[in-house]
Order: sequence, then structure tokens, then C-alpha cells
Amino acid sequence: MSVGIRIKHALKKYGENVIIPDLSLDIKQGEFFTLLGPSGCGKTTLLRMIAGFNSIEGGDFYFDDKRINELDPAKRNIGMVFQNYAIFPHLSVKENVKFGLKNRKLSKEKIEQLSDKFMKLMQIDQFADRKPERLSGGQQQRVALARALCIEPDVLLFDEPLSNLDAKLRVEMRTVIKNIQHNVGITTVYVTHDQEEAMAVSDRIAVMKDGVIQHVGSPKNIYQRPANLFVSTFIGRSNVLEGEKLVVEGGKTYILTKSGYRAELLNVLPEYQNNQDIILSVRPEEFLLNTDMSVPGIVATVDDCVFLGLNTHYFVHLESGEEVEIIQESSIDSIIEPGTQIKLTLNTDKVNVFTADGSANILTGVCNDCV
Amino acid sequence: MVQKRKFEVWTVVSIVLLCLFLLFLVWPLFGLLQQSVFNSDGELTGANFNRFFTYVDGYYLKPIGNSLKVTICSTLVSLALGIPLAYFYSFYKLRGAKVIFVISVLCSMSAPFIGAYSWILLMGRNGLITKFLSTLLGVKVGSIYGFKGILLVQSLKFFPLVFIYMNGAFKNIDNTLMEASANMGCTGVSRLFRIVLALSMPTILAAALMVFMQAFADFGTPMVMGEGYQTFPVMIYNAYLGEGGVDRNFAAALAVVAVIITAIIFFIQKWGTNKFKFSMNALHPVEKKDCKGIGGFFMHLYSYLLIALAFLPQLYIIYLSFCNYKGSIRQPGYGFVNYQQAAKKLLGRSIKNTAVMGIIALAVIIVIAVLIAYLVVRRASTFNNAIDTIAMLPYIMPGAVVGLGLLLAFDSKPLALTGTFAIMVISFVIRRLPYTIRSATATLMQISPSIEEAAISLGASKLKTFIKITVPMMANGILSGAILSWVAIVTEMSSSIILYSNKSITLTMSTYLAILRGNDGMAAAFATILTVVTALSLLLYLRISKSEDINL
Repeated sequence: MSVGIRIKHALKKYGENVIIPDLSLDIKQGEFFTLLGPSGCGKTTLLRMIAGFNSIEGGDFYFDDKRINELDPAKRNIGMVFQNYAIFPHLSVKENVKFGLKNRKLSKEKIEQLSDKFMKLMQIDQFADRKPERLSGGQQQRVALARALCIEPDVLLFDEPLSNLDAKLRVEMRTVIKNIQHNVGITTVYVTHDQEEAMAVSDRIAVMKDGVIQHVGSPKNIYQRPANLFVSTFIGRSNVLEGEKLVVEGGKTYILTKSGYRAELLNVLPEYQNNQDIILSVRPEEFLLNTDMSVPGIVATVDDCVFLGLNTHYFVHLESGEEVEIIQESSIDSIIEPGTQIKLTLNTDKVNVFTADGSANILTGVCNDCV
Repeated sequence: MVQKRKFEVWTVVSIVLLCLFLLFLVWPLFGLLQQSVFNSDGELTGANFNRFFTYVDGYYLKPIGNSLKVTICSTLVSLALGIPLAYFYSFYKLRGAKVIFVISVLCSMSAPFIGAYSWILLMGRNGLITKFLSTLLGVKVGSIYGFKGILLVQSLKFFPLVFIYMNGAFKNIDNTLMEASANMGCTGVSRLFRIVLALSMPTILAAALMVFMQAFADFGTPMVMGEGYQTFPVMIYNAYLGEGGVDRNFAAALAVVAVIITAIIFFIQKWGTNKFKFSMNALHPVEKKDCKGIGGFFMHLYSYLLIALAFLPQLYIIYLSFCNYKGSIRQPGYGFVNYQQAAKKLLGRSIKNTAVMGIIALAVIIVIAVLIAYLVVRRASTFNNAIDTIAMLPYIMPGAVVGLGLLLAFDSKPLALTGTFAIMVISFVIRRLPYTIRSATATLMQISPSIEEAAISLGASKLKTFIKITVPMMANGILSGAILSWVAIVTEMSSSIILYSNKSITLTMSTYLAILRGNDGMAAAFATILTVVTALSLLLYLRISKSEDINL
């Protein structure tokens, strides 16, 4: 049954080209774990190392306590769903689904029963005798999923499975994938570059960049307390204000912006409580917008506003010339016209503050399982 | 940490293949090279090459010029004829498309010298058309012998090959590419050149090279209708067996020169192909359009005319085979006289030999080609690439060279194979392997590795994945390569003429001998049987492949 995956000091090289220098990771049993990162960050490479299709140049891979570095991919009991589905074009849907079952020594009846069960589960039983080329992308995806699931694998691997589907189908299929995973409870590793998709399906996410894991955590934590500047900009939208300062006065810690606005921070880690340059990362909804120019705040001018129903997006520029985006819940009468001067204040509970090089979040509450 | 390299069945395959190639390919080639630098007394000398280059009036150089000239012309004409036909066939609903395809394959299947022979019977000195024109209209047609005749026959023989190759390339063009191009305002002729042909460029070059190699090595056509127009393979044969007496050292030197020439052409083509390297995978093949109106009329006219021109001369031979002959003089009336004559001249044995040796050779070719394709594409290593390169060597070796090499290498113990079935089969395999390897390799490259990975992750062993997934997916590509190989084996002549014996005579050799003896009726009978055999094998292929469309 389902296993936990432990990776210790994984190293991947192509010739002299190091893709993954030194990566360690713990994936819990039964969890939906996502590798998220921009293209070329090594996430697919890592997935294929788990699957056994890429050689491992260093480190150890474990399924529970069993080291799998040299284990034949056919014997790892992995269900894999590929980006291009990898449906066997010369076999019918049913034969595709049965393919994995036939490789286990199961009785004919059992094979029939299992393949029927999973084709029903994926709602492709009506296409059983069709050749894959007569199926739509979404249907092919379902075949790939049924084929991967019906061997009752220890681990389910997804390599950008939804990237070839249209947006609506993508949303539909990710719900299908999440529900199925939830029902069968198989440890799942999912690779994607789509952060919204990752947030929607995952129990935990590992954000990768250049073969290095930046942050491992729940979607909520990664969004709210990103471990570093890269994570904060890659996950969701963040306004980055550089060249700001942190000042400590009378035992209290303040943000001091270039425009002279001060706001107290209550959650700075003790070791960072000293005067220093910082980078401020503010999500669009973490700005508070004031038309009353007498309150303290950052002076800004509205360039454009976009009404999107639930929310209204404002595009403004600050005195320093920096452009920022602000999202406010729409209200009945208060759309602010372009050209209006406003004052911005910060929701200091929510904003994130990074060291001047962006490498670390200096606030409390960051949960990074990165080992 | 260094991974332990697990012992694999594929390593054994690599080693076995290499040993086979070393024995049956490298060793004979080496022998050829060795012979070329010795004289008949066994002394090291450059005299053989010296004689070649400096003999009076370029006596030996002229055939090279002849060969190059006629080969290049044939290649260009074949491309010019075959590409439009393939375009019409692949992109439009031609009426009788299946017939066009079948006849094309038939034409490419026939031995070139049969075409040559039928054109002589039609337009030669005593040809049907020649006589008709001169007696009725008083018009004198020019001579069909020499350059013009070879060009005509080779072009008509090789354009169907271009057609078959190009169909494959056109089929791989994704409809969305066509639509995207139309979307950006590029349609019609402009799209044909900028998209369709540009995308097919690797195949065009491959087809060009193939036609060039086959035309250059073609022995039958110039032998039958060259007369004074001597080409290189004919010269090699003459040097070895011809009137001038046997000089195997000089023949070996000529063979070496021939290989050098074809090697140069090969590398030029390779260099050209590298400039057009990309891979395609048609998820949505182009749907054939209706062709109506004046354009449709001309498309049909072109296709039918071309096919008729290639095919009718062969029908004429079939007709002749049922005419009564006495010696080579035509008598009134029709019957089976010619076939009775042929039966006395080893007809049964020829057919049996052709079938047995052909099938064995084909089986060996397919197995080796699939294995090599797999080794090269999925287990790329220096060692496997070396095997691939060695296996491709015969691609640039005219048949006469292969024949000569095998003959010199295996005419004494411990492996005295001269005159046996074995040496014929070996030569068939060696000659045809490169073509099947290339088509198998190309097919395998089109198959995404993730499909095999999917099979493995579903618990199939590597061997099972190979047999159940890889090979069936390659089947189309393998069959297309295999059927061309079968054609070539049945009609193989340029190495057989050096290697055959009375015991291992093939249908093609019997036909050729009948033509050589000037016995028109019997030659027609043999040629007809040869044509029927190739036609039957094609029909068999269609039956086996079972697909609605003919996937060659």
C-alpha cells in the first residue's frame, strides 16, 4: 500500500551540467505533494528520478525504508501519468487500462473486474473499445489516470498532466484528480508550473528554483508566509518595494518607507530586530486604500482601475515611481477615478518582510519543512 | 557515487551484432581494399589505381563521368515527377488513388532492366513504335540507346520510390501546421513550398540520396540499353568477368573508387540533412480535400499519364509473353510456348530460390534492423552508434562492390561460400539492411519514450515493453522498410550477377540471361513471371497489413 518517500542529498547531473545539486525531501504517506516551479527548475527531473527513468548521480531515495535507487522502474509499483498521456495508440482504451494488470499475475476475472471498476470510476467505460486517437484530450487524460490507478500503485506520479488541456477542462480534471487521490489515499507527487493548480490540489507544495527547494509547506503557509522573495513573487502576485528600511526605536520595530511612512511590525523574529535595509513584499489585497489625504501613508496616484465584480483592481504609482497593484473588494459607489491622489497604508499583519538580498523572511510564522 | 551498470540482454545483442558485421561486412571490405593495392603476384603496388587514372584518353575515367551524369539527371527527374504525384495523392481525393498507389509500388518493384527491355521492344531499332512511325509516317525517332534511354528508364523506375517516401512525409505533417500557415496568410503554392516541402525536406533529401545510390549502382539498365555508354558498375563487372580477362586486383581497385565516390555523395547529403533537422508528430493528419474543376482535371491527368507511362511498357511485355515465338522471331498466334521454353530453363528452380532466399533474408533483415534501431535510439552509446555506422556502410556500396567483396572473402576455406545459397542471402541482407534500419530508426524516433516508460511503470519488463509496445508501434515503419527491401531482394541483380551459380540462380538472373541470349519470347515470359511474383507479394502485403489505407 501507500508509502512515504524520503529523498536524501539527491544529485542529478547531465555530463558536467548539474541540474539538482543537493536535494532532500520527505513526502508523507498518503499525502498529495506538489513540486512547483518555473520551467527548467528540475521538478520533472526529480519526478523522473523517483519513477526510475532518470539515473541518480548521488544521494538516496527511499520508499518507506526501502532504498530504491537501483530498483527497476517496473518493480517500483508506481502509477505514472505523463504530460502527453503516453496512451498506447495501437491498443484500445480497455487494453490500455488492462496493460498494467496483465503484468501482474492476476486472474482473467480479476483483471476484467479491476479494469471495469476503474474505467467506470473515470467515466470512460463507454469508450472501452475505442482506439485512443478517437478520444478528446480530457478523455485521454482519464484513460491515462485509470491505467495508472488500476494497478493500485504505492505512489502516483503526475508530470504536468493538465498542461495540454483547455482551461475549463483543467479545472474540472484537477478536481477529479484531487477527489480520486483523496478517495484512494495513494501518496502522490504532482509536478506543475501552474501555481493556482498547485494550490487547488495539494496538501503540501515544494517550490523549486534552479534545482533547489525554496520552501516546503501547505498552500496557505506558502502564500501567507513565503520563505523568501522568490517564493513570494512566484506564488500569487506580490508588489515588491525595495530599498525600504527596518528601524528599531524604544524596543519597537517599524517599517520606514522611502516616502517617510512608518508602520509598526509586531512579528519580527528576534534575531532580525535591528536597523537594516529590507525588501517589502505586499500582496495586492494587503494595501489599504485611503482617499483621506490627512492620514499617514504612502502617497500614490491612481493610473487605472478595473472592475471585476467581486473585486476592483487599482493600478497606481507611488511618489518613488514604483508601480503597484491593489485589489479591493468592490463596494457600491466608491470606484476611484484615474488621476486621483490617494494614500496607501499597509495591513502589517499580512505583509512580508525580507532581508535586503531577499533570501529570508524575517517574520515569525514561516513554516518551512525544507530539510 | 557511481551506479552499478546492470548486465543487460541488450549488451549481448550489441556484441553479437558487431561480430556478425565484422565477419560478413568489414572483413570482405578489408579484403577488397587489400586486393586493390596488390598485383596478381601478391606484391604491394599502386599500379591498379595508377592504371585507372592515367590510362589512354581517360578510358577508365569516362564511365565515371557517364555514371555521374546519368545518375544525377535520373535523381532530379525522379524527384520532379514523384513529389507532385505524392502531393496530389496525399492532399487531395484523387479518383483511383488506390490504383495509383498499387501501380506505383508495382513499378518500383520491377527490376529496372525489365523496364529497359520493354522500352527497347517499343522504341528500339526493331521496336513496335519505331517501326510504326517509320513505315506509316516516315518519321525517324532518335536512338533510345545510351544516355537518353537510361535516363528514361531510371526516372520511370525511381519516381514511384520518391512517391512512396514522400507520402510518408506528407502524412506526418500535422493539419494544424497547414491551418496555422493559412491563418497567417500563406496558402496555395506559397504554402506548398514554404511549409509542406520545407517540412518534408529531410525526406526529400533522403529520397534523393536513395534514388542516387540505386541509380548509380544500377547494373541492369546500362547493361541492357547502354550499348557504347558504359557506366561504372558495368566497368567493374567487365574488369572482373568481362572480355578483357579476369583481373581481380584491378576490379578491386575500381570498387574502391566507386565506394569513395558514393561516400562523398553520402556525406554531402548528410551535411544537407543536418540543416533541416527537426521532429514532427502529426496528431491530426491532413484531411484530403476534394479536387474539382480545372485544377482537379490536371491533377488527375498528370497522375494517370505518369502512372501509365511507367506501367504500360510492362503490360506490353506481359502481352508479348503470350505471343508465339520461334527462337526470337515472332510468329502469328498466341499460346504458352514461351512459358514451356522457360520451364526448360530452370524456371521452377528460379522461383523457389527467389522465394526461399528472399524470405530468409527478409526475416534476418527485419530482426536486425529493429534491434539496431532500438539500440541506437533508446540505448545510444558509442558502441551502438559504431554498429549502426558499420551497418550503414553498404548504403554507399554499389551492389557490384558488395558482390565482389563477398566473393573474394569467402572463396576459400574455412568459409568457402562461393556459389551457395548462404552467400546470396548474406549479400541480400547486407545490401538491404541499411534501408530497413533507417526506416525502423526513423519510426522509433517518432515514438515518445514516455510511452515505453508508461509501460515499464505499469510493471512490464523491458523485454515485454519492447515486444508488446515498441515493436507494434514500429510495425508500420518496419513494414514499409521491409516491403521495399523485399522488392529489392527479388529484383536484386548487381551483386547476384557476380555471386549466383546455376544452383542458386534467381528469377531475376534467369530473366536477365534470357534477355542476354536475345530470346525475346522467353525473356518476356520470365519477366512476366517476375512481375507477377512481385505483384502477388504486394497483394499479400496488403492482405496482411489489413489497414484500409495503404500504410507503406
